[in-house]
Amino acid sequence: MPIQYYIYLALALFSIGIIGVLVRRNAIIVFMCIELMLNAVNLLLVAFSKMHHGVAYATDKASTVGIDGQLFVFFIMVVAAAEVSVGLAIIVMLYRNTHSVDVNFLNRLKN
Amino acid sequence: MSKLVYLVPLFPLIGFLINGLGRKSLSKSLIGIIGSGAILASFVVSLVLFFDVKAHGGSVVSYFNFIDVESFKIAFAFQVDQLSSLFLLIITGIGFLIHLYSTSYMHEEEPQHFGRYFAYLNLFVFSMLLLVLGANYVIMFIGWEGVGLCSYLLIGYWFKNENYNYAAKKAFVMNRIGDLGFLLAVFWIITRLGTTNYADVFANAAHLSKFDATVITTLLFVGAMGKSAQIPLYTWLPDAMAGPTPVSALIHAATMVTAGIYMIARSNALYSLAPFTQHLVAIIGLATALFAATIAIKQNDIKKVLAYSTVSQLGYMFLGLGVGAYTGAVFHVMTHAFFKALLFLGAGSVIHAMHHEQDIRMMGGLKKKLPITHITFLLGCLAIAGIPPFSGFFSKDEILAAAYAESPIYWGVGVVTAGLTAFYMFRLYATTFLGQFRGTHEQEHHLHESPSAMTIPLVVLAILSVLGGMVGVPEILGGHHELHHFLSPILTTEHEHHIEHNVEFGLMAASVILAALAIAFAIGRYSKKPELNDANGFGKVLANKWYIDELYDAIVVRPLNAIATFLKNIIEKSGIDGIVNGVGKLVNYSSRQLRLLQSGLVGNYILIMVLGIVVFILIWFYDTTILRMIGKIF
Repeated sequence: MPIQYYIYLALALFSIGIIGVLVRRNAIIVFMCIELMLNAVNLLLVAFSKMHHGVAYATDKASTVGIDGQLFVFFIMVVAAAEVSVGLAIIVMLYRNTHSVDVNFLNRLKN
Repeated sequence: MSKLVYLVPLFPLIGFLINGLGRKSLSKSLIGIIGSGAILASFVVSLVLFFDVKAHGGSVVSYFNFIDVESFKIAFAFQVDQLSSLFLLIITGIGFLIHLYSTSYMHEEEPQHFGRYFAYLNLFVFSMLLLVLGANYVIMFIGWEGVGLCSYLLIGYWFKNENYNYAAKKAFVMNRIGDLGFLLAVFWIITRLGTTNYADVFANAAHLSKFDATVITTLLFVGAMGKSAQIPLYTWLPDAMAGPTPVSALIHAATMVTAGIYMIARSNALYSLAPFTQHLVAIIGLATALFAATIAIKQNDIKKVLAYSTVSQLGYMFLGLGVGAYTGAVFHVMTHAFFKALLFLGAGSVIHAMHHEQDIRMMGGLKKKLPITHITFLLGCLAIAGIPPFSGFFSKDEILAAAYAESPIYWGVGVVTAGLTAFYMFRLYATTFLGQFRGTHEQEHHLHESPSAMTIPLVVLAILSVLGGMVGVPEILGGHHELHHFLSPILTTEHEHHIEHNVEFGLMAASVILAALAIAFAIGRYSKKPELNDANGFGKVLANKWYIDELYDAIVVRPLNAIATFLKNIIEKSGIDGIVNGVGKLVNYSSRQLRLLQSGLVGNYILIMVLGIVVFILIWFYDTTILRMIGKIF
């Protein structure tokens, strides 16, 4: 599959993520949108990694070129999982305190 | 012998330090002894030096390098030669008499101020000695500034009087204007000749271009104008009468105002190369002489008359310098020092007797009450009026003869001035000493001759005023003019013209007759009924000094004040302050506006972040285009 498709898909996902973050006020949706952006980047990393590896593999069967991109993806997924657990905990606490998950209620520290 | 020369300025310096530092603990008599003794010691050393120079000629004594920059060196060196040793005698000799006189004149002062007074006086003499002794222009400049400072301190000695402080400031500022000229001249000499030593400068003077010589001498003359009170910088000298009377005597006779004459006489090798400057010096001198003499006619303050007569006599000396009669000018400095010190100290004696009354309209008839002061004052008046055989006659006539050789017009104006001098001096004499006493009864009751510490200097100075001219009797009167021969190694004589003997006799006779007529007229007119009313008509113009002070006030002081006020109120307040306050206000305002960004809404922050990223990406993509646009703008 040509690399462009992956790029368009990742771009679409990332844009949806950004727009979601910007326009939605529900904390959980915002959170999901952030995840979407992360995954858009992950997708790109995997796609480019595959592309580079494919090129190198054609000449040298033992080549490891491009696999570091896939390794990054694992790191990102692990970190994102940890972040999600912290983020969801914050949202739970937010809900307990304000009975709402509206991010605009988070301006209480102002003033 | 000339190794001893450092002692000459050292004694007054020590006197200054002792009196200045110990003024609160020393007794008055001790202060007087230290102050006068220091000058007396210098005088003794000066006498030794003088006779040494007379026998063996001059020499330069170098002590250390004052300024040492690569190849450019200025030595702290003293030059003892005919000219400086003569000035040393005048300064220390007359300075000592004035110190002696001051011990009595100032005895009413508190010990602390008495000590301060003598400290200043010693410092004054010290500075003047430094000025005269220096072997280069820089050392002279140190002394030059020193006398300026001391004149400021002494004129403002009674600092509680605001007017006196004003007079002191005026003297200082006027002198500073002249000093700038002097300083520029020294710099000019350094750039052209690379040295300031007199010996080197005069030896290489012939290498100077005509333009350089003219500029240097003119700038030096500007310095002399300030210090020696010539038009247009003379107005400080009459105001300097604010100081105690012995100080006036010191300024007018021994120190300060003769500095300019000394400097030009010292630089005669340069002046001989610049005929233009010589004409300028002669014309300024002559104008000052006449101008000041006209003012002196209508002054009623005893010290003011003497002050204007000094300005006038200094004009004479500059006339002498301008026409190349350097010996005549130095001769006149000497005789003038004698009789002007005498006249000022005599005036001080009168003021002392009159309990600080200075207005001659309130005096009169002091002849019987103050016999010694009267006789000595009369001798001083005769000397300044140029009546033979008193000292003033010889020196004044030498200048007039040289002026005639240069141009009969110079001579004519000079003789008229001499007549005016005789007139105003005897107007002063007649109003003060002749006729009836016009003061209050209390003053009359207290009238007394001054104590001997004051009369002895008067008598000594009177003897000098009478006999002082004997060192310069011209050949046509059967003399040898010893002074001329004595000074001839230092002063160029190539510009001196010689005139026919019978013409010279005629000139002498004319000036003497004119002076005698003026004296007779003045005594006849003022001894019986002096003018007591304020002058009117033209006399009022003269009494108000031709309104020169007002003119300076209008063209210099007030515009400067206006500019200063403008700068203060407009430039400073709305300009500088505006910028400073504006910066503060701008920061304040912009931070208040920027604060609105901190809305606390997470969405806003993210939006700004995203926009920022977009902008960065755009810059990333279009960096060359953006750079080209920026390049076009600037």
